[in-house]
Amino acid sequence: MSLFSKANREVLTSPLAKNNPVAVQVLGICSALAVTAQLEPAIVMGLSVTVITAFANVIISLLRKTIPNRIRIIVQLVVVASLVTLVSQILKAYAYDVSVQLSVYVGLIITNCILMGRLEAFAMMNGPWESFLDGVGSGLGYAWILVAVGFVRELFGNGTLLGLRVIPDSLYVENGGFYVNNGMMTMPAMALILVGCLIWALRACQKEQ
Amino acid sequence: MEQLLSLFVRSIFVDNMIFAFFLGMCSYLAVSKNVKTALGLGVAVIFVLVITVPTNYLLQTKVLQNPEMGVDLSFLSFIIFIAVIAGIVQLVEMIVERFSPSLYAALGIFLPLIAVNCAIMGASLFMQQRIGMQPNSSQYIGSVLDAVVYALGSGIGWLLAIVALAAIREKMAYTIVPKPLQGLGITFITVGLMAMAFMCFSGLNI
Repeated sequence: MSLFSKANREVLTSPLAKNNPVAVQVLGICSALAVTAQLEPAIVMGLSVTVITAFANVIISLLRKTIPNRIRIIVQLVVVASLVTLVSQILKAYAYDVSVQLSVYVGLIITNCILMGRLEAFAMMNGPWESFLDGVGSGLGYAWILVAVGFVRELFGNGTLLGLRVIPDSLYVENGGFYVNNGMMTMPAMALILVGCLIWALRACQKEQ
Repeated sequence: MEQLLSLFVRSIFVDNMIFAFFLGMCSYLAVSKNVKTALGLGVAVIFVLVITVPTNYLLQTKVLQNPEMGVDLSFLSFIIFIAVIAGIVQLVEMIVERFSPSLYAALGIFLPLIAVNCAIMGASLFMQQRIGMQPNSSQYIGSVLDAVVYALGSGIGWLLAIVALAAIREKMAYTIVPKPLQGLGITFITVGLMAMAFMCFSGLNI
């Protein structure tokens, strides 16, 4: 019963690729698409979801024997909503610009299917420590997809990363160079196509699925 | 009147739930395999939106952020909104079951799912955001009627999007798609192309 036994490591790492919540199980797509026009909100969103999934999993797992089966959805929603309110207030206090950029999508973590899915499928049946690892794993599996999409969209859409210029000014057409930003990348439509291509690549790499 | 029409048309085409904000994406992708079920879910979403958004509007303006109350409780809005939505979905389910068993049979499986549909919660959160906007903006929501019109428009926009995708996917069943792209991958790219088409509405002004 060590804390990082083989089974526990499996719980933590399988959502990163093999059971990725976004690419394989198609959960939590809404926010994955909407907040990735730039890298910074994508990272903040990924972290928030990881924290909320982990702690919601722990709380529900501690309560799992006392929750009446008929009203479990409401109990889960209230636990998640309280955690989301906390995170939203913290973001407003310490990272106001990002919280304005994320706008309603912080609140929408409540209805993020990853959360409800993990609570229903894992935390209701497993102990707190396993549930914590599962929450962190699922959250990170979600976060890295967000960061990957955010990276591509900000780099090609604005030529910056985290607001810092990566592609030198002198290369741009206005300054006598040859490079133009791809404005399409910052549009909502491109997020869908990028995620589609990412899923394509992931599935092509994992032949057995 | 003009303002209401503008709000209505904008919420269907320009601020489309799916193509502009990606709300309700999970059920959008999962339930768009055939037109009939897509239509059923779309109708259920409109139904719940038209009830929950005005209710939440009243709660937001009369209770949570009422200047006469002296306290700003708007930080509680997430919990209140989700509780209202879950409660109303349950209530609607019971009413429909009692008075129209045939509609209940048609919508049955989708109704409970709607409680965790981000489009419903999203509409309430956008409504909350729009209360704070300039009154002359075409997105402003300042009365219960505005909230109803906004909810109806968003719901119709969602229905339009899911029925369109379901029709395309029915046709797509007969085409040959590269193996790793099958199913989810190609659906995403299709939705991306549809979103591009919807972008042409973005300059729409009434």
